[in-house]
Amino acid sequence: MSQVSGKISGINGNLITVVVNDTITQNEVAYAVKGDEHLKSEVIRIQGNKAFLQVFESTKGLKVGDTVEFTGELLSVQLGPGLLQQIYDGLQNPLPQLAEKHGFFLPRGQILEALDHDKKWDFTPKVKVGDKVSGGYYLGSVPETQFTHYVMVPFDVQGEWTVEEIADKGEYTVVEKIASIKDERGNVRDLQMQFDWPVKIPIQAYKQKLMPTDPLITKVRIIDTFFPVAKGGTYCVPGPFGAGKTVIQQITSRYADVDIVIIAACGERAGEIVETMREFPELTDPRTGRSLMERTIIIANTSSMPVAAREASVYTATTLGEYYRQMGLGVLLLADSTSRWAQAMRELSGRLEEIPGEEAFPAYLESRIAEFYERSGLIETHDGKVGSLTIGGTVSPAGGNFEEPVTQATLKVVGAFHGLSRDRANARRFPSIHPLDSWSRYHSAVSENLVEEARKFLFRGSEVHQMMMVVGEDGTSLEDFEVYLKSEFVDAVYLQQNGFDPIDAATSPERQNHISEIMNKILHTDFTFDDKEQARSFFYDLRQKFIDWNYMEYESDDFKKQEKVITDLIEG
Amino acid sequence: MRKVYNKIESVSGNVITVRAADIHYEELAEITTRRCTSLAQVIKLEDDLVSLQVFAGSRGVSTNDEIRFLGHPMNVSFSEDMLGRIFNGSGVPRDGGPEISESVIEIAGPSVNPAKRIIPSRMIRTNIPMIDVFNSLVASQKLPIFSVSGEPYNELLARIALQAEVDMIILGGIGLKFDQFMYFKNALEEGGALNRSIFFMHLASEPIVEGLMVPDLALAVAEKFAISGKEVLVLLTDMTNFSDALKEIAITMEQVPSNRGYPGDLYSQLASRYEKAVDFEGSGAITILGVTTMPGDDVTHPVPDNTGYITEGQFYLRNGRIEPFGSLSRLKQLVNNKTRDDHRAIMDGMIQLYAQYLETLEKRSMGFRMSSWDDKLIKYGELFESQMMSLQVNIPLEEALDRGWSILAECFKPEETGFRTELVKQFWPKKEEAEGVAHGEN
Repeated sequence: MSQVSGKISGINGNLITVVVNDTITQNEVAYAVKGDEHLKSEVIRIQGNKAFLQVFESTKGLKVGDTVEFTGELLSVQLGPGLLQQIYDGLQNPLPQLAEKHGFFLPRGQILEALDHDKKWDFTPKVKVGDKVSGGYYLGSVPETQFTHYVMVPFDVQGEWTVEEIADKGEYTVVEKIASIKDERGNVRDLQMQFDWPVKIPIQAYKQKLMPTDPLITKVRIIDTFFPVAKGGTYCVPGPFGAGKTVIQQITSRYADVDIVIIAACGERAGEIVETMREFPELTDPRTGRSLMERTIIIANTSSMPVAAREASVYTATTLGEYYRQMGLGVLLLADSTSRWAQAMRELSGRLEEIPGEEAFPAYLESRIAEFYERSGLIETHDGKVGSLTIGGTVSPAGGNFEEPVTQATLKVVGAFHGLSRDRANARRFPSIHPLDSWSRYHSAVSENLVEEARKFLFRGSEVHQMMMVVGEDGTSLEDFEVYLKSEFVDAVYLQQNGFDPIDAATSPERQNHISEIMNKILHTDFTFDDKEQARSFFYDLRQKFIDWNYMEYESDDFKKQEKVITDLIEG
Repeated sequence: MRKVYNKIESVSGNVITVRAADIHYEELAEITTRRCTSLAQVIKLEDDLVSLQVFAGSRGVSTNDEIRFLGHPMNVSFSEDMLGRIFNGSGVPRDGGPEISESVIEIAGPSVNPAKRIIPSRMIRTNIPMIDVFNSLVASQKLPIFSVSGEPYNELLARIALQAEVDMIILGGIGLKFDQFMYFKNALEEGGALNRSIFFMHLASEPIVEGLMVPDLALAVAEKFAISGKEVLVLLTDMTNFSDALKEIAITMEQVPSNRGYPGDLYSQLASRYEKAVDFEGSGAITILGVTTMPGDDVTHPVPDNTGYITEGQFYLRNGRIEPFGSLSRLKQLVNNKTRDDHRAIMDGMIQLYAQYLETLEKRSMGFRMSSWDDKLIKYGELFESQMMSLQVNIPLEEALDRGWSILAECFKPEETGFRTELVKQFWPKKEEAEGVAHGEN
């Protein structure tokens, strides 16, 4: 393909206008050349012989007349073994490697390979010469950390192709040829382990999409029991600053019952992702006993990194998630925060002088958010394996007000809503997910009637509490007061959880079921109290015992002893 | 010799346009008007039409004024000689001293690679108990002081500048009133801290666009000093003025406003400054404290709201005191386990009791009868306010912790405070001592 190039005719922030008299493609990648710096950009609008490009880096120092080289390729990521444990920026540049080469600062216009081209992988073929394949079929596999990484036919291969050659078992790099395939018309294509895929196009090389039903266990009680997430489902976590969004994401990234976690730090503080980056290699995955980093990919495009790359980072993360889902693995994508991503769209939309929608967000905000969350899902691969991609996005609403466009557009498309409340955070009730405002459309890890009962008490307790604020404790009947105490009890012993205690931080679903039953017994016992003081001290005592119980290892001797203490207390 | 242009096509707000070729984006130009010579920066290029933001404002600009492009973006010098000096928002000395032109560095440089960042671990002592004890400041932290006009936030900044345990202070003033500027200058001079400080001062009387450069100048210089091993504290006041300057330019450039007139990229603009706070592994660090005045004391206003999402906690300065509630240093947990065994216990315990004191006050104002416990709380609360919270209190951390125990012992029995027994054994003062301190010096 001949090299298409153009000349810059205008610069406004990270938007450049380029005059080009050749064929160009919407969303193709181009490079603005300044000396030895190649500034990656993407075509986002074409008008006559003018192309509008968003530049993924600072445009400082560019001038009218500078050359822009077009690649003809859409913005893509490299897929292949070696993605796990990596730390990438929003455009899949490996950050540790950049640091090795360039030191403290992120240089402009430097591009490194996302995958190591020298590392040898132990390849085992799975197909024979003559087999029929298509995009997404497994050619063979290599071991990658604790997983079997299937090497696939690139997803853009359509129709039926025949395997002409396949490499023997042995060690290969990601760029060595491992197979060649031929279609009916005789076109031959050589394949390597690594291939590219455009980030903004969903990978659909699977047999079918399935309905998400199984709960994804996060070991956070309020989530698994009250506002569950399904494997292959979606959820959002909106909350004002200081409500603990990032802490919830961090806890989920550690304990969630999935194979692979992809963390997209999108436009948030660098300090937070640094904690994950520095701590994960030291932490062990409770499921496998290996380093947590071995199942993690981090995409770090923090708030001071270029805005346009922030917009891309979410897509990069999703594409990597879809890729591992193709191998029949369970993937969880945590995007923190989708509001920063939406703001990146807003900045660009403003520069393009598009007619603004609400709060100056572009009119297509909702459809973009919907498209993003719709890339989640449970799928059956061509091989009959089941893989899932679950997406959890945090939202940072301006002023903590959930009425704003990003939160509203997100609520329309997600399956669960974990709304964080500043009041609960201020009262140090963590996790600060609001028990009455939040909702979920998925199945709980605990039997539904137990959940319903507990929810009823929470609701009535809140009503009594509001009433009490007006009439005072004296004006409240003992009966109502007991309901209130019971709801506060559920809040204290079940909804609240200590994320810093190794045992309390992660409650298994069996344990959740077990303690829910005891809790329900308490809710349904009619205690006969003489007065409110007695009721209060009884519940305080019970609460203390129950919290102590939460800190004990499940089914240990202490645990069983404490259970006896609690049940004795209930039965009086 | 670069070409001089003298045909201005349009003037709108503080933005002028000229036709010129071969101009770099964000390059500087010098415009000479009848009134003065000012710097201007290229903010938009469209074919040969160049839009420039004039730092001294466009008042008095004639269509035939001379514009000379400098061929480089905004720079600042970096040298030890800058210590003790005062510059304006364009980096020009305003103290009558000589210009400094050695080792010129670019401002608003690239951001730090997250892979090179480390988890913060060093506490910066300020001798202000509300900070040291309750919300410790940590090297490489970025914290705003949320306040409202009329509060002594600049006085607080000056005290921190005088007392903070750092190698140097860089003070950036944006839209500062003249008397506040003089106050800073005199306070640091008298306190003997001027020779470890650099001032970048933009005054309220000067065109607001000139203030836009102040954070970038201050942070670029800070970055160089930090890399050379210095512990740098950058103080910025007032970031709301900075945001308003952004707003003004955005509106002039006919950008679509997003929220209350502020541009859609306010978050990114603020973040790119605050994120300069960093601990360079093996050398120095940059810590940023910025004042954000909240219009109408409204924390949901776009400026404090966006700031809150960027920074690592916040100090609320209200009624001349740092509020214990709402104020938060997100990073304090990383350092306050290494100071003294009782630090965390005092931090939590005293605040819980103070919260109870506030409840008691509420009860009292509603006319409820006061119990003996309430009386104790009232005594405690008053002592806490006068001997801990007051910004007059000026003692090191250890002394503040001791004072905490004295106040507790003065008001309560050990078992009433809910402290762990070992701590009480170790730290609870003997009777005589307690009375001495609580009534003693202030």
